[in-house]
Amino acid sequence: MSATNMDLLRFATAGSVDDGKSTLIGRLLLDSKSIFEDQLEAVEATSEAKGYDYTDLALLTDGLRSEREQGITIDVAYRYFATPNRKFIIADTPGHVQYTRNMVTGASTADLGLVLVDARQGLTEQSRRHAVILSLLRVPHLVLAVNKMDLVDFDQAVYEKIYAEFTQFATKLNVPDLEVIPISALQGDNVVTRSENMPWYSGPTLMHHLEHVHVASDRDLIDARFPVQYVIRPKSDEFHDYRGYAGQVAGGVLKPGDEVVVLPSGMTSKIAKIDLFDKEITEAFPPMSVTVHLEDDVDVSRGDMIARVKNAPVPSQDIDAMICWMTTTPLQPRQKLAIKHTTRTGRALVKDIQYRLDVNTLHRDQETKELGVNEIGRVTLRTTVPLLCDPYSRNRTTGSFILIDEATGVTVGAGMING
Amino acid sequence: MTQTHSDYRLSQLDQLEAESIHIFREVAAEFEKPVLMFSGGKDSIVMMRLAEKAFYPAKIPFPVLQVDTGYDFPEVLATRDNWVDRLGVKLIVASVEQAIKDGIVIDDGKTSRNRLQIGTLLNAIEENGFTAAFGGGRRDEEKARAKERVYSHRDEFGQWDPKNQRPELWSLYNGRLHEGEHMRIFPISNWTELDIWDYIGREGIEIPSIYFSHRRRVFQRDGMLLSESEHNPLRDGEVAEERTVRFRTVGDLTLTGCVESTASTIPEIIEEVAVARVTERGATRGDDRFSEAAMEDRKKEGYF
Repeated sequence: MSATNMDLLRFATAGSVDDGKSTLIGRLLLDSKSIFEDQLEAVEATSEAKGYDYTDLALLTDGLRSEREQGITIDVAYRYFATPNRKFIIADTPGHVQYTRNMVTGASTADLGLVLVDARQGLTEQSRRHAVILSLLRVPHLVLAVNKMDLVDFDQAVYEKIYAEFTQFATKLNVPDLEVIPISALQGDNVVTRSENMPWYSGPTLMHHLEHVHVASDRDLIDARFPVQYVIRPKSDEFHDYRGYAGQVAGGVLKPGDEVVVLPSGMTSKIAKIDLFDKEITEAFPPMSVTVHLEDDVDVSRGDMIARVKNAPVPSQDIDAMICWMTTTPLQPRQKLAIKHTTRTGRALVKDIQYRLDVNTLHRDQETKELGVNEIGRVTLRTTVPLLCDPYSRNRTTGSFILIDEATGVTVGAGMING
Repeated sequence: MTQTHSDYRLSQLDQLEAESIHIFREVAAEFEKPVLMFSGGKDSIVMMRLAEKAFYPAKIPFPVLQVDTGYDFPEVLATRDNWVDRLGVKLIVASVEQAIKDGIVIDDGKTSRNRLQIGTLLNAIEENGFTAAFGGGRRDEEKARAKERVYSHRDEFGQWDPKNQRPELWSLYNGRLHEGEHMRIFPISNWTELDIWDYIGREGIEIPSIYFSHRRRVFQRDGMLLSESEHNPLRDGEVAEERTVRFRTVGDLTLTGCVESTASTIPEIIEEVAVARVTERGATRGDDRFSEAAMEDRKKEGYF
């Protein structure tokens, strides 16, 4: 087995301990042989010491001592497992109401979001909230796992009711791809192996879906975007005239010979060549980290963006965005913050808070004067430097930014640009 | 012109590489004085390779720091020197022996060299004014690491506060620091042990010979196979004998156990790792076995 031809799926899980999320993750790790004996033994020993009569698989994922003491997950944990054709990175996020910021964090890099509901409870406020956040973060694939089917006698009617209710709710969201899978994480039904208890279900098992969901087309391969990270100038005899612009392709396909524009200066040139380490390559696409050379000696530095002449973002200092606020001091109009967008850093002034979005009801509260911790709202910013941005719905890299408190240095907000 | 991708697919190893290179460049662009912590182990060698690729054909724009426990495997030091020479980077050695002599850390005979590394490392970071230190930690290694950020903030005492970590979204890293603080950077956070081996195999890069099967005089202690050495005197009842072994991790040789193995090539190691039923740290690292929270405690104090 070799990882050379494997691809990668990043997914975020949401749900609380009560929904059986830890049991499900434990099962995925166990069944893909990603849990080691010493890890399992440590968890078994701890479960026994605590007087449990079962092995608490949640202990596998609760990494910090304070979490184990409180019995809750307080931070995003990353888990890894692989099947022969695909590697998986799970961003395991806590489901409690006060930890929206962790879910936003986990969802920001996810290709797929997995929301768990307890078949006995049906859709709850929390499961709706999770779906809303995944949709806001434009996670392209959504799976609703209806768990604990064993506790409702594997009843098709229970599944159908939740399915109907959720698809109805999802029409209000941006959910391009939805799969609703009835499972029992505890007994393994439809997790890796097809359930014999639910012959009425003809869809994929969870693992089959995770292994086969097509994510390669989720990238924007049309609009070429190359934020310059670093200028490579060796200043050695051998590479005397070498001047390369290093960065990670954020969109589109770059090829030697392409006519390009450098933003914000607006200077135009052509791509002379593209290097990947010591090799020249014929095309570069997301998420490759490459070094681009231009034919002309134009002034390019970190924070600039290389795009196609006829398809470039319009530099703008007035930004309209959805912001998730992540700190206890509320976001207020007139507040000044540092902003980081692609490789560009500047300052931002909060011009206006248009509304606060209730992530449970999707109601827009336009009376609001501020955004509290874990609240999401639509905000207008004025920036000191023009941002070279696209709508987040078009490109998750050039459409996103973070806000930093200049006094504490802490990341206090996550922004998604509207368009 | 060598590569074409008609379907624009990138293998997971290429995606991991691209992500890590992005992190190296981001740090080089935004931090005044970065340093790469190089142990000579496979993870730090993969970091060196990624740094080489990130800045090629320029030299790596920061020095390499090694904390010398005085109990390092000579094979590891030899590999370190080969890498440093080939890449032409500056090597800074922070010696635990010297730190003991200077009174920076105290050797009470009970504290392991691994633990004494913490004070030695923090002192070297402070003395040199480093603002960012790359480490080879991976999130699949251990539960506390699974929750650590790529940019991991350390206060002026070098401590990690796990409950107060900065949110880390998309690939937008926040490198803001106050005077005296520094950042630990983990560019291979998302790599697994198997990824590391696959990459070493694919890149054909040099790693210390002790990772491959060899004959060595070893003895049993605390359920581990330790190497016979002048730093590791045999205790009552312990008997050294020659076995065919290899190491899964490298560290302080008084604490790093080996496993019996005939794997003498990268594909054989990959095969062995793929079917291993015990984590690399659990199997062979005395320093992580003392308590369930051993790693979390050492990290809070400023461990890698």
